[in-house]
Amino acid sequence: MSDREPPSKPPSEAPAETPTEPTASVPSAEEEAAKKAEAAAKAKAAAEAKAVAVAKKAAIEAAKPPWERDAVTPTWEEAGEDPLAVAMATKFGEAILSARSYAGDLTLEVELGSIAKVAAEFKARHGFTFLVDLCGADYPDREKRFDVVYQLHSFTSGRRIRLRVTTDEETPVPTVCEVWKAANWCEREVYDMYGVRFEGHPDMTRILLWEGFNGHPLRKDFPVEGIDTGAAIYPEYYEDEAGPITGTGTGWMQPKPPVEADEEAGE
Amino acid sequence: MSDAIRSANDTVANNTVAHDDSVFGAEEMELNFGPQHPSTHGVLRLKLKVDGERIVDCYPIIGYLHRGTEKLFELNPFFQNVPHTDRMDYVAAATNNLAYVGAVEKLIGLTVPPRASYIRVLLCELQRISSHLLWLATHAIDIGAMTPFFYCFRERELVLDLFEQYCGARLTLNCMRPGGQPFDLPHGWVDTCREFLELFPAKIDEYENLLTNNRIWKKRTIGIGVLSPEVAVEYGITGPMLRASGIDFDLRKAMPYEIYDQVDFEVPLAENGDTYDRYLVRMEEMRQATRILEQCLDQLPEGALMAKKARVLKAPKGGEVYHGIEGPKGEIGFYIVGDGKPIPHRCHVRAPSFINLQSLPELVSNHMIADLVAIIGTTDIVLGEVDR
Repeated sequence: MSDREPPSKPPSEAPAETPTEPTASVPSAEEEAAKKAEAAAKAKAAAEAKAVAVAKKAAIEAAKPPWERDAVTPTWEEAGEDPLAVAMATKFGEAILSARSYAGDLTLEVELGSIAKVAAEFKARHGFTFLVDLCGADYPDREKRFDVVYQLHSFTSGRRIRLRVTTDEETPVPTVCEVWKAANWCEREVYDMYGVRFEGHPDMTRILLWEGFNGHPLRKDFPVEGIDTGAAIYPEYYEDEAGPITGTGTGWMQPKPPVEADEEAGE
Repeated sequence: MSDAIRSANDTVANNTVAHDDSVFGAEEMELNFGPQHPSTHGVLRLKLKVDGERIVDCYPIIGYLHRGTEKLFELNPFFQNVPHTDRMDYVAAATNNLAYVGAVEKLIGLTVPPRASYIRVLLCELQRISSHLLWLATHAIDIGAMTPFFYCFRERELVLDLFEQYCGARLTLNCMRPGGQPFDLPHGWVDTCREFLELFPAKIDEYENLLTNNRIWKKRTIGIGVLSPEVAVEYGITGPMLRASGIDFDLRKAMPYEIYDQVDFEVPLAENGDTYDRYLVRMEEMRQATRILEQCLDQLPEGALMAKKARVLKAPKGGEVYHGIEGPKGEIGFYIVGDGKPIPHRCHVRAPSFINLQSLPELVSNHMIADLVAIIGTTDIVLGEVDR
């Protein structure tokens, strides 16, 4: 008990110590210079300490195995000097809109009208005989909201590249079915899911959904819970996308109210 | 590889049907095949134009199992999408998982620790074996061989037990996470796996004893559904189907991912591109998978299982990657676009079954309806992946 310190000083004692008379005298130039030098030395020491700490941290980080380091997120890099990009740019000029790479994959943005020609050139001259994948993507904020993305592979160079065209809801994309037969079903899937049409495609019909289905489900504005298109089970009676939307309730399978009604209510 | 076996039985006739219109003057008929038909391996529907027993034209109709998986991907955080990938190719969940988590890791820039990489390859090669066993079982029973079905399911059970020991699930494994593996191999797993690997090569010989030199099997498969290398490339075919046509393309060798560059294995090839060659390639692939598994178990390092990563993975805005791996059926790849959010903006699946099925009309034309069943079997489709 005895070696314990008193819990706290009584508050009455505190004010007696605190008032200290500030010295009124103006500091001389020498004193000021000394103070400045002192401050500079302090700052320098702090900077050095910081640099040491940073170096130490970097050393620790570097000594760590790669999976314990912070993830290095890849970024988009200009890839205009890539030999393939150069070859394409000299051949097609302005039809190649940009050449960039992300995580090591070269991506060429191609003007909509010349994709079939560019694709044929890639196949014939550069050995990209293999269409790995073709898919769409929707960016509703953009004016040309849809992307069509082609992934190509070359057996000769073992290289992969990506082509991309952008289009809006109306403009059809030239088909690449004649370049690679693999594109046939993939393009049908893009049409099915996004409503992007492909010009010159031999069989531009839906593939995964049924004929008469209303809408294109992978568009960002298509409701996730789906719409009830039950009546479209008789496709022979309805044109594509003309099947009636049934149901009037508000259940999860019921359609959202029509867009026009929404707008009117908003105004 | 197949020539010696082929010449062992030189009486096998060419199975394509010679057709002469003038003899019978029969009419062409439209026939609906599927979607509820046991030999379509799911809900595949084919509109056939037949002339007697001979197929003139074939139009596949798919989508009966469409579940909007790609829409679902756009709703969930990155790690919650892994279970959805299980449900696409539901007989090869581990390779689907790996393709997806590999794409996410590439997008975010994560490095996987070596032990996790080895465990992934172990799971994927076991999955390749189990997928090929299921393929062989159903393909053989389609053609009329009953016994391999029981044999294959007997060994597949052992593989599924290994999966169950690892992650508790047998089919829909959900056994990988972006950045590494969720759990270590349980106690005794390596020994159980070694026991299986000791026993399995003899079992492959057993299947081959039943089928490889079997006269009926050869008659039903040689010269059926011939896929030339040019056509295969044109249609974007991958996997055992492409290699049976003689093209040496295996992503495990061409663009090694995980630790495939540290194991020694061969890529089996064949020349004729018919149903029989595809069978031989897949049988050899199972043997090679056993080799890879043995090496992985020998080399298995100790250490961490999960990379350092944020709690909530966020993909960089505008970043996009495509990552493909060699699944049992071909190249399964994911194209993912990030949005600066914890959910993907777009996630597209390059499903090998979908692309391989596209060549079906070309393969079956001028064959008998009974051969159609053999050809659907040999393309090794899973409708869950075709329709997504």
